[in-house]
Amino acid sequence: MPDTLLFAMEATLNGLTAGVMYALVALGFVLIFKASGIFNFAQGVMALFAALTLVGFQSGQIPFAHLINAVFGTRLHQFGWNMPTFLAIPATVLVMILLAVLVERYILKHLVNQEPIILFMATIGLAYFLEGVGDIMWGAEVKALDVGLPKGMSGAVDDITFAWFGYGFYIDRLELWAAGIAGILVASLTIFSQYTKQGRALRAVADDHQAALSVGISLRFIWVLTWSIAGIVALVAGIMWGSKSGVQFSLSLIALKALPVLILGGFTSIPGAIVGGLIIGVGEKLFDFFMQPVIGGATENWFAYMLALAFLLFRPQGLFGEKIIERV
Amino acid sequence: MLDATPSQTALLEVNNIEVLYNHVILALKGVSLDVPKGGITALLGGNGAGKSTTLKAISNLIHSERGEVTKGTILYDGQNMVGLDPADLVKAGVVQVMEGRHCFEHLTVEENLLTGAYTRTDGRAATAADLEMVYDYFPRLKERRKSQAGYTSGGEQQMTAIGRALMSRPKMILLDEPSMGLAPQLVEQIFEIVARLNREQGVTFLLAEQNTNVALRYAHTGFIMENGRIVMEGLAADLRENPDVKEFYLGMSDKGRKSFREVRSYRRRKRWLA
Repeated sequence: MPDTLLFAMEATLNGLTAGVMYALVALGFVLIFKASGIFNFAQGVMALFAALTLVGFQSGQIPFAHLINAVFGTRLHQFGWNMPTFLAIPATVLVMILLAVLVERYILKHLVNQEPIILFMATIGLAYFLEGVGDIMWGAEVKALDVGLPKGMSGAVDDITFAWFGYGFYIDRLELWAAGIAGILVASLTIFSQYTKQGRALRAVADDHQAALSVGISLRFIWVLTWSIAGIVALVAGIMWGSKSGVQFSLSLIALKALPVLILGGFTSIPGAIVGGLIIGVGEKLFDFFMQPVIGGATENWFAYMLALAFLLFRPQGLFGEKIIERV
Repeated sequence: MLDATPSQTALLEVNNIEVLYNHVILALKGVSLDVPKGGITALLGGNGAGKSTTLKAISNLIHSERGEVTKGTILYDGQNMVGLDPADLVKAGVVQVMEGRHCFEHLTVEENLLTGAYTRTDGRAATAADLEMVYDYFPRLKERRKSQAGYTSGGEQQMTAIGRALMSRPKMILLDEPSMGLAPQLVEQIFEIVARLNREQGVTFLLAEQNTNVALRYAHTGFIMENGRIVMEGLAADLRENPDVKEFYLGMSDKGRKSFREVRSYRRRKRWLA
C-alpha cells in the first residue's frame, strides 16, 4: 500500500476522534437550542466552569479561598482532603444542576416570550459572569485534570494497524475513550427523548411553547431539565478537553469550534451535531494533510469556518436541521 | 336540538374581569359570564371582540403573552383561580384547546395525544385506556397515529388537539374556534363529536366561535361579545330567534338575506352598551 494512502487513513482516523471532541461541545448547544430556542453563548464557559469545579473538588480546594482570605485575613487554601474522582464527578453534576436552577430562576423566568436576541444577550452576560465566578471560586491558574482516563498512544491500534499494513497508526487513547463516551451519551439522550414522558415533553416544548403550556407542561421545569442536561454534557466535554490540554481559560474557547459544527449539522439535530463534528474533524485533518505542501500548514485554524461559510451559502439549515414543515 | 339539559349550578363563574396586555392595552373591559356544569356554552363575536382573550384569561395562558387579569375574579368550582399556573389548572380539570390547533408538529399524532396526559399520575394503564377512548371518538386519528402531526390535514389536527385535551381527563374544555379553516362538513363533524363528548363523558364546554350559526345549534347557552364586553346573553335557542342576532350575526332579516353592503356593526346600536 502506498505511504500517502496510509498517512491519509491515519489522518482520517485522527480526524474522526478529534471530531468527536468537537461534537461533544456542539451537543450542549443543540440541547438548549432545541428546547428553548436559545443559542447559549455560555456553553463553552459552562464546560470550563464544570472542569474547574471538578478539579477543585478533586484537589480539595476551598471555594472562594482567595476572597475569604482577602476579607478576613485568613490563610485558607485546602480542606486537607482530596475528594476521590468517583465522588467528585457526581458532586460536580449536582453543582451543574444547581446552576441550571439558578439560571432558570434569575434569568429565564424573567425573559419569557422575549425576542431570541434578548435571550442570546442574556447568555453572553451569563458567560462573563460564570467566567468571573469560576476564577474567584477556584483561582485562575492552569490546572491539570486527571480522572483516570488513559492517555498517550493506543498500543492496540498501533499493533493491529502494524500487523495489517506494516505501519502503526498513532491514535490517542484519550480520544478513543472520548468517542466511546460520546456514543453512550448520544444513545442515552436519544432513548431519553424518544421513550420517556419527560423526553416527550421536552420535544413538545421545542415544537410549541404555548401548546405545551396548555396541556399542563411546566416550562420552568423543562428549562431546568434541559439546562441541567446541557450542564452535564458540558461537564463531559470539560473532562475530555481538560484532560487533553489542561483546565484554563482557553477551554471556554472550544465553543468557537462548535459553531461550524452546528452550522454543518443543523442547530436542532443531535445526530447532526455528531456527524457535523466528524466531518469537521476529518475535513480539517485531510485538508491539512493534502494542502500542507501547497499552501503551508496551520489550515486547521480556519478550515472549519470556511466549510461553515460554504454551508451557509448553499444549505443554511445544515445537513440535519429541522425542515420547517409546511403543508401544501 | 340537544336533549341533554345542563344543570343550573355554574362550574365556572367569571366576574367582571379586566385584562391588560403589556400593561397598556385593555383587551377586556369587565367581562362576566357563567358556564353551567355539564353544558355547552358558546362565546360569540367578531374578530378582536375578546373571545380568545377571555378563554386565555381563564386558562391563564395570557401570562406567557405578557397579559394579566387586573380586575375581577374567576371562580372554578367555587375557587378563585386568577393567576394560577396553567399546569395547576390542567390538574384541576380545566384545559384549553387553542385557536389554530397548535399541534406539536414533529411529534406523531399518538405522541401528541400522550403529551395531553402529562399531568396525570394514575399510571400507564389508565392512560392507555383513555387513548383507546380518544381513538373511539376519532377513528381517523387511529389510522394516522404514526404520522407526524405537522403533515396531517387541518381537520385531523383539530381532532388531535381536542383528543390531546381529552387525555388530561378534563372536567371542562375551553375550545377556541374549532371551525377555523375547516370545510363546513368537517365543522359539523367536529361539533357532533363535541356534543357527544358533552353527553357521554359529561365534559363541560366553553367554546369561542365566529361561526354563530353552527355554534348556536349545538350550544345550550350563549354569550355575545363586542369590543371587550359581553353585549348579550341567553339560551342558545332564544339567541337564534333574536331579531338582532339574526340581523347582525346570522345575516338574515325580515326581508330575507341581506346583502353584505348593508351589514352594519352591532356596536352602533347603543342600547346594549349603555
